[in-house]
Amino acid sequence: METTTTQDKNPPLQGAGGSHAELADIFNKDEDRVNWHDETLWWIRAKRDKSVHQLPEWEALREAASNIKFNVLSHLDIYLAQFEAAAKANGIIVHWAADAKEHNEIVHKLLTDAKVTQMVKSKSMLTEECHLNDYLATHGIEVIDSDLGERIVQLAGEPPSHIVLPCIHKKKEEIGDLFHMYLGTPSNMSDPQFLTETARGSLRETFLTRKVALTGVNFAIAETGEFVVCTNEGNADMGAHLADVHIACMGIEKIIPKREHLGVFLRLLTRSATGQPITTYSSHFKKPREGQEMHIVLVDNGRSIQLGREDFRNSLKCIRCGACMNTCPVYRRSGGHSYHTAVAGPIGSILAPNLDMKKYADLPFASTLCGSCSNVCPVKIDIHDQLYKWRQVLVKEGYTPKAKTVAMHVMATTLGSSTLYHAAGKMGRLTIKYAPFAVNNKLNPWYKNRDMPESPKESFGEWYAKNRKK
Amino acid sequence: MRVGLFVPCYVDQFYPGAAIATLQLLEKLGVDVVYPKNQTCCGQPMANSGYEHLTGGCNKLFIENFQGFDYIVSPSGSCVLHIREHLHDDKQPELAKEVAHQVWELTSFLTDVLKVESLPSRFPHKVGVHQSCHGQRGLHLSSMTELVAPGFSKPGSLLNMVKDLELVELDRKDECCGFGGTFCVVEEAVSSKMGKDRVADHLRQGAEYITGADMSCLMHMEGILKRQGSNVKVLHIAEILNSQ
Amino acid sequence: MSSRDKILAAVAASKPEAKPLPDIEPFKHIGYTDVLAQYETVLTTIGGAVHRVNNWDEIRTIVSEKYNSQNVRVLSLVPELDDVATSAYEINPSAHQLADVELSIIKAHFGVAENGSVWVTEELLGHRAVPFICQHLAAVISASSIVDTMHRAYMRIGEAEYGWGAFIAGPSKTADIEQSLVLGAHGPRSMTVFILND
Ligand code: SF4
Repeated sequence: METTTTQDKNPPLQGAGGSHAELADIFNKDEDRVNWHDETLWWIRAKRDKSVHQLPEWEALREAASNIKFNVLSHLDIYLAQFEAAAKANGIIVHWAADAKEHNEIVHKLLTDAKVTQMVKSKSMLTEECHLNDYLATHGIEVIDSDLGERIVQLAGEPPSHIVLPCIHKKKEEIGDLFHMYLGTPSNMSDPQFLTETARGSLRETFLTRKVALTGVNFAIAETGEFVVCTNEGNADMGAHLADVHIACMGIEKIIPKREHLGVFLRLLTRSATGQPITTYSSHFKKPREGQEMHIVLVDNGRSIQLGREDFRNSLKCIRCGACMNTCPVYRRSGGHSYHTAVAGPIGSILAPNLDMKKYADLPFASTLCGSCSNVCPVKIDIHDQLYKWRQVLVKEGYTPKAKTVAMHVMATTLGSSTLYHAAGKMGRLTIKYAPFAVNNKLNPWYKNRDMPESPKESFGEWYAKNRKK
Repeated sequence: MRVGLFVPCYVDQFYPGAAIATLQLLEKLGVDVVYPKNQTCCGQPMANSGYEHLTGGCNKLFIENFQGFDYIVSPSGSCVLHIREHLHDDKQPELAKEVAHQVWELTSFLTDVLKVESLPSRFPHKVGVHQSCHGQRGLHLSSMTELVAPGFSKPGSLLNMVKDLELVELDRKDECCGFGGTFCVVEEAVSSKMGKDRVADHLRQGAEYITGADMSCLMHMEGILKRQGSNVKVLHIAEILNSQ
Repeated sequence: MSSRDKILAAVAASKPEAKPLPDIEPFKHIGYTDVLAQYETVLTTIGGAVHRVNNWDEIRTIVSEKYNSQNVRVLSLVPELDDVATSAYEINPSAHQLADVELSIIKAHFGVAENGSVWVTEELLGHRAVPFICQHLAAVISASSIVDTMHRAYMRIGEAEYGWGAFIAGPSKTADIEQSLVLGAHGPRSMTVFILND
């Protein structure tokens, strides 16, 4: 394919604004790209299927993981305190952040204390959620993301579009252009091997010179005070083991009770994510290295509120595998950026409204409720049921357009009365106006790509009255 | 056995053929079927849009029309799932529950209640089956590709009883068609694209007909087929099972 | 009130009623008929190399055929293999002096058949960076050490004390660019496991 002018074709959507539907509409202007995006993610879903079908105990494992997480949610305060005590005893310094702001301030203070203006960071969706990079940038601190995909989107000035595959929306030619611009590679070089090698060389320099490294956390063990970080690239380890200060940031829901529970979660995580049996590195950090400082930042940022929402608390079971995105037919055809939130896709759509109902009122509607997400979820979150429930909440709280509410009332009245229904039906099947698929009948978007069903000469009810005289 | 026939509103209005076939098929199999004439809609269009609180009228009508039957059968997995999960009436919660439990989707009624093992039908065509999500993942009409579990398909087994019918294998066996109720207009771009992709899979496999247990998905795909000027047709599964 | 106390109080107030932990005992009994073969297949599939060897000499031969320790820096954390290395590991708190290591040879505690990984802890490594900073990694495990699954792996780890430990499964890799698999993202470009028959 041609390489240039990608900027005009696919403008970065960060800060572009717009609802999921609007952003998805833009994404769909380039159908070839949608096909490519869809097929790439479907391929990952297929790898996941192949991998999980090798474990006859798969469904039992999911059930166990789900139940461990239920236990965690119901003892979260106890496990957090237990974790804190054990981590402290291990020589880790523990911090607590009530919200994104406090999290960013804590990290900033640690950097100032270490007298550095540069930091290397491995993948952490939490820091994306808190917009840490932007915050630190305004305070004169440069963050370099070390995960290849994150580095790529960072160079592009975009947020990750997927929690596991941050630059899944980018074509290699676009990445080649970025590397040409920022890393001095020859133009028109888009071979993944070559590009990866370039990034390896440039980031190795970073690893060797940064005194502070920040990582995310996949699991933290209450019993032992250790935490586990999973990567394929080894970037979290390269950063942490070469730095004088290691800062690990985690949402409070990442706690699990015991070390042996890792056996369950590590079996599920990567098989669900990419179909690999395990990530290349599953690093267990228990104590700081000789002479190193190790910090843990425990972040709430709305999680305790979500925990209090009976219908939605299960979303906190998420282990961020990304499987629900890969399988989601809407995500695959709208791209991660259309969700305009740090965590995209089905899980993002049930997490985001907790933080800001107004801003994210569109997301629970960006789904057909097909249920595939709930089926792939390794911790059995009832994602599609929660999407349905968020819709009810958002409507009741008044976050839906007035016109829709009016239309729904008309429809409810019509369908709630046999007389009105049949009268409407008799009007030459003009019920098309009230039919479920044509409710937002402004210019009837249905008709853009689809023909209307033909109106039959009589309804079934009318046929039945004539043909079955009982 | 007295069966109440529940015909969803859009089937009643746009696809009477699917309802007639359902009725005739059940009668052929010796079932005493009654169509309560004051029925309207299960309420799902409002509920899935976030307006479940407006479905009181539909719920009341549904209970009035359908209480007292041995079974309630409907040619729509989606509507059946909605009734099963959401039918309620604060004044008579027990009755609502009882009615909800009596609702059956047609292919599961044929398979699990009537235990149909052969059919006198013939349909000499290549047919693709669309697994509608609510029927499949909600009512378990078929195994799901996401789960590690034995494979089965109630609609597929029934279609295999039809003489001269050839089922095609799809590349993606159970991907959503993108209808999704109001999703189809609120998220027009993605909905249409999903529909196009689903239709394309059937066309690639050489299907002459696309069938399924949910007319709403078929209506969506039909809209796309017609727009593309395709000769491929959609038919509700009852129409194929009832064909001679 | 500190953020800590605020968070803990909010969590305590919001948490649902207590749910028990599930019984994960049954998973611990799942196993493979041929653990070794499973290990070899999986490790090869994920891009690793496996050699089954009967003694240290065989390892020495294989290593020295590929790596001339005069020309490239070979680091050994395994006393039995010091003679194929440029040098044995010397304690130095800075890992930066390891930046030019071509091959690190380490011992691992055990392997896991279901995913081709080895379990290492820092006492085996000298420095935590050792298995990451090198261009290539080789690990030695004994054949009898291979466990079936991660459940068994954690049974084996038990309450063990360590400052840092990791499962390492194959070479460092990425598929971030259009899902094309590239070995050697930031860490080793290759990983070889020597399975020593015992
Ligand atoms: S919701 Fe489930 S499937 Fe989605 S990312 Fe979280 S754990 Fe994975």
